[in-house]
Amino acid sequence: MKILYFASIRARVGHGEEEIALPPDVKTVADLVGWLKSRGDTYAEALAEARTLRAALNQEHVSFDAAIKNSDEVAFFPPVTGG
Amino acid sequence: MVVRVQAEDFDVGQEFARFTQGRTDLGGVALFAGLVRADQGSVTAMTLEHYPGMTERQLEAIEAEARARWPLDDALIVHRVGRLLPGDRIVLVMTASAHRQASLDACHFLIDWLKTKAPFWKFEEGSSGGKWVDAKETDDEAASRWGK
Repeated sequence: MKILYFASIRARVGHGEEEIALPPDVKTVADLVGWLKSRGDTYAEALAEARTLRAALNQEHVSFDAAIKNSDEVAFFPPVTGG
Repeated sequence: MVVRVQAEDFDVGQEFARFTQGRTDLGGVALFAGLVRADQGSVTAMTLEHYPGMTERQLEAIEAEARARWPLDDALIVHRVGRLLPGDRIVLVMTASAHRQASLDACHFLIDWLKTKAPFWKFEEGSSGGKWVDAKETDDEAASRWGK
């Protein structure tokens, strides 16, 4: 699975993109956040603020209960501030 | 119907000329041009980050939504990315219709929705360092007035 990080989340994670093999018990975006946080303090801190964490699945905004699979592209970012 | 994400500046006059060239069916064009604001000198530069691919798709979806809601003859969204300075142009929205109400309302809708749905993020530089800009609740309120 391809995971992308943007803006303040990217800055805290330390990189903008990575490939992972999705563990079989990780079935939703929320599961993925939990799994990433378990990988270390950097992830745990970068993804800690659930209130300001947003996700996209295959380039569409989604809620955290969205189902995911290994061929998906998932992105994490803060609320958008364009315009 | 065109959506562009680019580092380069845009010329509002040229964009308007191209947008309306050869058209005799249009009654008017509404446009919004957004600028980088210095905020009393506290912002010295601003860097726009985006999600290549998703940003264009979201802008196209927002534009399609506007065309579904109003009788628009054309629409254009240009949004810049990269490092910008106070006074620089950052975003341009243009809408054309036979009668003014559709283009004025659709232009307002597009800039309100763009601010809450299109994946762009601002990083501000100032005298005390740099920071990522927090999303504003007032932007959510402005977007919500148009309904789902």
